[in-house]
Amino acid sequence: MTHHELRGASAVVGVGLAGCGEAPGRTAMELIGAAAWNAVTDAGLKMGDIDGVFGVSAVHGMPSVTISEYLGIKPRYSDGSMIGGSSNVAHILQATMAIRAGLCSTALVVYGSNQKSASGRLVSSAAEFNPYEQPYKPRFPITAYALAASRHMHQYGTTLAQMAEVAVAARGWANLNPEAYMHGPLSIEDVLNARRVCDPFGLFDCCLVTDGAGALVIVSRDRAKDFPRKPVYFLGGGMAHWHRSIMQMPDLTVTAASESGPRAFEMAGMEPADIDVLELYDAFTINTILFLEDLGFCPKGEGGRFVEAGRIAPGGTLPVNTNGGGLSCVHPGMYGTFILVEAVRQLRGEAGDRQVKDAETAIVHGNGGVLSSQVTSIFGTEATL
Amino acid sequence: MTLEDRGPGPDALYREELLAGRFTVQTCADCGQSSFPPRVFCKHCGSANLERVEASGHGVVYATSAVRNRPDKGGDHNVSLVDLAEGVRLLTRVEGVGPTEVPIGARVKARIVGGEVPHVVFDLVQE
Repeated sequence: MTHHELRGASAVVGVGLAGCGEAPGRTAMELIGAAAWNAVTDAGLKMGDIDGVFGVSAVHGMPSVTISEYLGIKPRYSDGSMIGGSSNVAHILQATMAIRAGLCSTALVVYGSNQKSASGRLVSSAAEFNPYEQPYKPRFPITAYALAASRHMHQYGTTLAQMAEVAVAARGWANLNPEAYMHGPLSIEDVLNARRVCDPFGLFDCCLVTDGAGALVIVSRDRAKDFPRKPVYFLGGGMAHWHRSIMQMPDLTVTAASESGPRAFEMAGMEPADIDVLELYDAFTINTILFLEDLGFCPKGEGGRFVEAGRIAPGGTLPVNTNGGGLSCVHPGMYGTFILVEAVRQLRGEAGDRQVKDAETAIVHGNGGVLSSQVTSIFGTEATL
Repeated sequence: MTLEDRGPGPDALYREELLAGRFTVQTCADCGQSSFPPRVFCKHCGSANLERVEASGHGVVYATSAVRNRPDKGGDHNVSLVDLAEGVRLLTRVEGVGPTEVPIGARVKARIVGGEVPHVVFDLVQE
């Protein structure tokens, strides 16, 4: 079998986080700068070694330009494509292509925001005015996800208790992660009894709003072993989007992950059964259920029943969102960066109490907008090349 | 051949009709399928032959949510997706029942509200 030319073409050799949770007194760019510095240092490099910059921000209109200026980098290639919370997951694919094409050699992928400290609420440049929605006052983005959840419940009998399982599992993982923002017990009853925010969602069905920044350093496969950390190889990537506004989503129970996932698996030459660790963008509890279905880990409509009885929680049979997720770990507006960093830490074996034993492969699924842009990446250790 | 690109566009014409009390959708003269929101060519087949037609106003609730708000901020309100008989889907509000009481699958009928900023809401059809 011939492999896709991008399979194994690049590797992550550095990761860094900064300001996750709350970082009052810090600007967004200071958090981005700190995460970038941490990732570059983790790779044993200097900022001057970076010649490709792939970055987004919640507040900067020309993000890769602003970020490069702040970091003191004059990149040979940069990209600030904004497709919502999946942007950085897409940037892994784009950085791999740019490196493969010789347009840059050492790429930085980065995002950060200070939105919890700066405003206390979600800040997103994706919340644009739509005259066909505005008169009805949907709350961006939660109402769109709530509509999807209502449809999934109606069509497949998915229950509030099943969605609560997702939040409880995420908290279970967060309790094993000292860096997670939320700690402490959380029961199904706690989730069900919480204040309703946007039906059918209560407070614990919704992701956090935190501060935080994350960054990754990507190089070609040929150079991957020249760095201090165990390299984590890019094995496959795929993207898809079908709509921007929720009223244009063809079927609210099927996301474009049902295309991005198979594209990534095809490139990697793998299938769901080959995956050891799953990092799925859980902006809301329904997301995890939809992505488990659409990526092929369970049949369509079965996601609610699939997550019952702690299957995706610590001690369950399928480790999902091992950092605690957007629901309990960190969510500074866009979250794709943080699932990338968590996947790398798992495959390096650096995840401490939440380490998935013998993890060799990981899937990272990024989501942007209102279930709009879907981007899947698959990573593996050297053994998977 | 190029598309018409001067004068009021499909969006402006839709709003003019709505102000005059008519809720319209576009129907393609070539493939017969409808589009909403209004656009300059058919999303389904690419044809430029889109005709503005008055909508039947008959629809079915596809999905529903209630945005919760404190009473001093206007209280809770419904947001729903409604599938029109013409085959298009609208983000809208269903009125006449509590914001959390809108049944998915229920038949609804369109009504124009909003005065100078007209928009379409739906009422439950009594079965």
